[in-house]
Order: sequence, then structure tokens, then C-alpha cells
Amino acid sequence: MSSITQRAPLAEKAAEKLNKKVSHPETIVKDPTPRMELQKESPKLATLDEAIRRSGLKDGMTISFHHHFRGGDKVVNLVVGRLAEMGFKDLHLAASSLSDVHAPLIKHIENGVITRISTSGLRGQLADRISRGLMQEPVIFRSHGGRGSAIASGDLHIDVAFLGASSSDPLGNACGYSRSENAKSICGSLGYALPDAQYADKVVVLTDDLVAYPNTPCSISERQVDYVVEIDSVGDSSKISSGAIRDSKNPRDILLAQKAAKVIINSGYFKDGFSIQTGTGGASLAAVKYIRQSMIDRGIKASFALGGITAHMVKLHEEGLIERLIDVQSFDKVAAESLKTDMMHKEVSANEYASADEPGSAVHYLDIVILSALEVDVNFNVNVLVGSDGIIRGAIGGHPDTAADSALSIIVCPLLRGRIPCVVDEVTTLITPGSSVDVIVTEYGIAVNPRRPELAERLRAAGLDVTEITALRDKALSVIGTPAPLPFGDRVVGVVMNRDGNVLDVIRNIAD
Amino acid sequence: MQLKESFAGTLESGDIHIRLLPSDKPGLTINLESSVAYQFGDQIRRVITESLTDFGIDSAEVNATDKGALDCTIRARVTAAAVRATGKDVWAD
Amino acid sequence: MMFVPGNNPGMMADAHIYGPDSIMLDLEDSVTLAEKDTARLLVYNALKSVDYGDTEMVVRINPLNTPYGKKDIEAVVKAGVDVIRMPKTETAEEVVEVEREIERVERELGCVGRTQIMAAIESALGICNAYAIATASPRMMGIALGAEDYCANLKTQRTPDGDELRLARETIVVAARAAGIAALDTVYSNLDDMETFRKEVEYIHRLGFDGKSIINPRQIEVVNEVFAPTEKAIEKARTILAAIREAEKKGSGVIAVNGKMVDRPVVIRAQRTIDLAIASGILKEEDV
Repeated sequence: MSSITQRAPLAEKAAEKLNKKVSHPETIVKDPTPRMELQKESPKLATLDEAIRRSGLKDGMTISFHHHFRGGDKVVNLVVGRLAEMGFKDLHLAASSLSDVHAPLIKHIENGVITRISTSGLRGQLADRISRGLMQEPVIFRSHGGRGSAIASGDLHIDVAFLGASSSDPLGNACGYSRSENAKSICGSLGYALPDAQYADKVVVLTDDLVAYPNTPCSISERQVDYVVEIDSVGDSSKISSGAIRDSKNPRDILLAQKAAKVIINSGYFKDGFSIQTGTGGASLAAVKYIRQSMIDRGIKASFALGGITAHMVKLHEEGLIERLIDVQSFDKVAAESLKTDMMHKEVSANEYASADEPGSAVHYLDIVILSALEVDVNFNVNVLVGSDGIIRGAIGGHPDTAADSALSIIVCPLLRGRIPCVVDEVTTLITPGSSVDVIVTEYGIAVNPRRPELAERLRAAGLDVTEITALRDKALSVIGTPAPLPFGDRVVGVVMNRDGNVLDVIRNIAD
Repeated sequence: MQLKESFAGTLESGDIHIRLLPSDKPGLTINLESSVAYQFGDQIRRVITESLTDFGIDSAEVNATDKGALDCTIRARVTAAAVRATGKDVWAD
Repeated sequence: MMFVPGNNPGMMADAHIYGPDSIMLDLEDSVTLAEKDTARLLVYNALKSVDYGDTEMVVRINPLNTPYGKKDIEAVVKAGVDVIRMPKTETAEEVVEVEREIERVERELGCVGRTQIMAAIESALGICNAYAIATASPRMMGIALGAEDYCANLKTQRTPDGDELRLARETIVVAARAAGIAALDTVYSNLDDMETFRKEVEYIHRLGFDGKSIINPRQIEVVNEVFAPTEKAIEKARTILAAIREAEKKGSGVIAVNGKMVDRPVVIRAQRTIDLAIASGILKEEDV
């Protein structure tokens, strides 16, 4: 029984038992093509049209996108434009977020190409039109952590994900930066695209820098990618830090940032090994600058900074004041470059960042988060999505996730924006419940949630101007007068999902 | 009161631009464009009307472009436009 | 003292949130001739409506020899301003003239004596007359240096070291002290050079000035830090003042702290330390 032929009957028997066939390797033809050439013929390489066709996309299905290029994104408009030309209808667009640049979606909604939207936020003309009732179906709003959970649980099932990447090899190893000379764009972390890459039925990577295999290290693995499409541009990197993010010279933002820094320093959580996150908005981003000196003076180092990573955070990391950066989204080019080059700057998915049902998500181990707000009410509820005029003009982001899971959540917002009050009786839309908000910092005083008397005591002892939240509301009213109620209609144009997957609030249309 | 066309204010945030025009109709016609029209439109119109009435003007067309001005600013801008339209100052020479 | 242009309603609405000791709304150099009328109305209405809290409110008026000065005085006195700041003051007679105008309006309102005067000295002649200006009226609460016009008048220009301003600064401090009123230094306008600004504030603090004029909220922190007394100085001042109160209770005339005689200048200095600590936000009034 020493020859293959002699063992053949035994192999047959073994195959039968395993319910398999017997393999015939002599039929396999070896390809002698040099591998640099072979990878150019990767079966995954396709034009956009081919990828769409082969993906099996049909009317009524769900397509998804990430927003790592923020205001510079080119993928959503390109792909949806092409889908419209190809005659698709009734699609559900599930983006991690949408911004001003996505106004062209209006005509695709009017033409019935897009009939449902799920997103974290909406801005600009698109938001304005939707607020006035452009869509029959309400937009579903989720937090970043909530979206990760919904994708993982199947609440949000994605049929085809179209994911822009700054580099990809022909097999789909892709990331938000490129190490080649032809690099055209950089967005850093692809954290919000990772759940889509993992759970979507089909994944199309679009890249403006098709590099040779192996494109390592990478964010998205070839194992999750079905098609790779080369396009001219996935996004304008110079616009990543536009939109919500500014490095402010505005004296009021600086004042708020300094106050927030004093709150942090005196909160009881400012200890060696603490962890911190800042949200968007000039004041919350700048707060980091003002805790830096105290960290040096007291010999305090942070174990990690989370989130939206900014140039400020990278600087503190490089100075040795923050050990690790955990990055779901790079808020500027400096952060994106750092992610590319620094081992201790780690990319995480939306789920690892902020999902409530992910025990290891970073927010669970976050000490301090500094967030901005459009409105806060006397019950400490926060709205970051709908303007005081009833028009959608923001994004939920990781706001409710970080506020709920951190040990200390600090909201920084001016009491007044022109004649618009930011501390009100009741928020226009409920996004982050007061039960997860600890401190409100305004230029007219600091309010501490009555749930946290020990915190109020510490801040008062440090000489900070701690006041009642109702006193802030009264102050606002005394300056601006009493606003008239908004003319809401009776249609629901948006549904706000809580991070646990349940409905938290609805947004009604604004009537003209 | 005899009016000639006048204006006061700027389009900066927190300010209001007022253009005052003579009108042959009795009463005040106020055309308001405001970034806070929903919440404060009526209040802004009231302050404009009061300021003009206090000044003694009861017939005029007012074109107001508001950038979130507080009442005290609206009063100042409307009064300034009224002073310029009538040549009658509120302060002694 | 923070300068705020009188034709900028956005800045006037919330200048006090930055915590300057006083706010100077400007009707003079920052307002063009074409907008003098509207700025005056803005300042009048802001003073009447905005709640500036404890902040001392100052308005810089136009000189009385312009068509605007008299109307400026009428408007701001009617609005209840704390202090009128006279620009380019050269003689005591000018102060008397402004005082006369203020009093005329105050009499009409029935509040004679409410409005104080501060004079900015911005010329060689003004420096020569500093003491006379400082004592020209019982309403005088301070004199200030206006360096840009002063340098132009002196036919020189400003340098980082401020050699050209030395005599003017020392004269103003001495005249103010002799008259028992406040001395305030000029503005520093390069917002991006905080280092030179800090050096200048440290220098004028050493000269004896009571404060610095600033053009942006970002400069407040530096001034407060420089003028803030150290913890040690505050402790010492509190001990001295406590000993004084104790001695007064006992009716004892002579006081000693830690074996050292405490005389009047020491007490005055201690009180000033505590006042500064409160002004800088280190101490609260109720702590004293």
C-alpha cells in the first residue's frame, strides 16, 4: 500500500465518509506569469459600472458610505450619480454621516433614486430641504456607536458598501493613507468604514491610488473586499478639517476652552493615567491646549486620547504627555499622517470606539470627554442635531456614546450665539439624555448636574463660577427676550435612535 | 414728518441694517429679513415700530436685514436711521 | 481696562464675560466721522440695556472742540456711565470744561456728581501738565497714557523696550499718586507677541501703575497674572489685616506682627494686596 494508486480505494472510502470527492491535482494548471503582472489582472479589479452590476445591487437595497473625507468627500456623489444614470430606484442610503457637500443628493431624492437615508448627521441644503419635508420616509439618525451596533446586530443590513480609500492594492487591502509616490489623498483612520467592510454583503473599495500588493499595513483586509475600483479622486484632503472643526482664535471660544480646562483640572479625574476625548467645536478642541501646562507642571500623563484625533492631541502625544492615541476618525491632516507613521496611534472601528454592546469599546474606559452642543436644557439634555430654528444642522457623532460611558462628560457651549440661546427650557430635539451629562460650561457660568454634588463641591472649592442651570437659562432670556415657538408641521422627517437601538425622539418638519 | 431715504447699521453678526424710505401710505411697512425670524420676528418688528413711533415717525417703509441683533442694538440703529432721515437729532447741539 | 469699539454691537453685547475690571466703549479713534452718530446711539442703548454686572463702564468721548464731544457727554451721562474718559487731554481747563458739561446734564437728570472723569494724556504738553490735570476736578479718578499720539507728538516711535515712554510713564504714576487717583498704562497692540506684552506689563507693574489698557480679551490673563499677588504675599497681608482688626477691637494703638512693627504704609500695602487678589479672582470677597 505504498503507492498513490494503491491507496486510491482507501482515499475513495475516506472521501465518502467525509462526504467529499477525491481531488485530482493533475488537472491544476500552474500560472507562470510574473506576479507583478498577475496582480494587475486581479479578478476584483473592475470599473464602477462593472462593480455595481456584479455586486447584485437591486432596487430597494441598502448602500453604504463612510464620511472620513468630511466636506471633501467625492465618493457619495460619484456613486449615487452613477446609480441614478444606471436607472436604480428606491435605494436606502446608509452613510456614517453626510455634510454640505452632499447637496446633489436632493435631485436623486426628488427622482426617487434615494428614498431612505440613515446617517449620523445632515448639514447644508440637503438638511434644509429634508427639514422642510423633502422625503416621504423619515431619516434615521444614529450615533457612531449606535450605527456600529445596528450593523453588527442586523438592524442596519447593508447590501453593498462603497468605501473610499486613499490606497488599495488590487486585492482590496485598503487604508486611509498611501505610502506610494502617487498618493493623492489622505484621511487617516477608516474607523467608520470598518463595520461596513465587515458586515456588508458586498464591499466595493474605491481608491485614487491603486498600489502594488501587498498594501500593508492596511485598515480594510482583502478578505472583506469584493471589488476594487480605481477612480480619479476619492476626496479632497484639505477639507477634512473644514466644517465642524476649527482651531479658534475667537476670544469667546478661548474663554470657554480655558474654563473647560479648569473644570478638568479640578474635577478629581485629572490624575496620572487618565484618558480623554474632545468633540468637535472650537472650544472643546482648544481645551486640550490649556490642560497641557498643568500636565507638565504636575507630572501627569494620559494613558490614551480617544476619538476624533486632532493635531493638538498628536502634539501632546509626541511630547510624551499622552501615551496612546485611539483613532476612529482623523480630524486633520496632522492626525492622519500620525496614524500612518506612529505605532502607538491606533485605528479602531466604530464598534471598538463607542458601541454600547461592545464591552471592550474604548468609551467604556474613558475618564473625561469634552463635547459641544447646539442646545442644553435645564434637565441637562443636549441637542447637537437640530438648530434652534428647527432645521437640521449637525450630527449626533459620538456625543451620546461618549457622554454615557465616560466617567465625566463636560459640555462646552456659549450661552448665546448672537440672539440664539443655548441653555433653554427644553431642547428642540433630544440627542444626549441629561442622565449622562455632568457639567455644562458657558461664558456666564458653570452648571453641574445635581446627580454629581461631589463634583460641584470640587469645582466650587477651586473658585470656579458654579451656578444653577436655571440661572443660566434666566440669564439668556434676560439678554435676548423670550423666543416664539417654532412653526413645526405634523410630519416626522427624522427619527433619532438611541444607542441601544430603541427610538429616542423624532424630528418634525418645519412649516414655512 | 418729512423723510428722506436713509440707512444705518451693518450686516455684521449681532447687528441689524435699517433702510428707511418715505412712504405715501399712512402707517409703517416693515420688510424684515432675519436669521432669527422664526423666534424673534415679531419682537424685532415691535422694537422697530416702537422706536419710530417714539421718534414721531408714523409713516415710512422700513427694510431691515437682521443678523441676530439685540433689542438695544435695533433701537439704536432705527433711531440713527430716523435721525438721518429727518435731520432732527435726539441730542442737543 | 478693555477697549471696545463703540460701533461694534456684537463685541459690546458681551465684553464683560472676559472679566476685565473695566470696559471702555470707544466713540473716538475707532469710530469713523461718518458713524459718530450711530456709534453714540449704540453706546447709549448698550449702557442702558446690557447688564455689565460689576464691571466699571467707561466711555471715551470725542474732544469738546469737535462737533461730537458735547453730544457724546449728554448721551453717556443720560445712559448712566461710570466714567467719561477724555482723549488727548493737555490742560486742566479742558477737564473743567468737560466737568461743566457733565454737570449740566446731571443737573437736568437730578444726579449731580454721579459721573467720574479719567483723562488720557497723549502729548508732551499733557505730560508737563499731568499733576494739574490730575487735580483739576474732584471727579478725576485716574489718568492714563496714550502712547501712540504721545510718540507722534514727541517725534519718535514706540520700541519694544519703551525707552521713549519712560518719562511719560513715571510722570503719570507720580502725578496720579500725588493726586490720590489711579494711573493706567497705554495699550500694546501686537496680539501675537504675548511675550513682549508680558514684559511690558511686568515693567509698568514695577513702575507703580494700577492697571493696563488692553485691546483684546486674550490679553486679560497676562495682566491678571502679573498684577496678582503671590500666595505668600496674600497670607502675609491677611495676617497683618487680622492683627489690625484685633488691635482695633482692643483699642490698642501699636501693632506688631511676628515681632515687627506694623505702620500705616504696611497696612495700606496689605489692603492693596487683598484688593488685587480679589480683582485677580484668587480670593473671593466673602473669604476676606
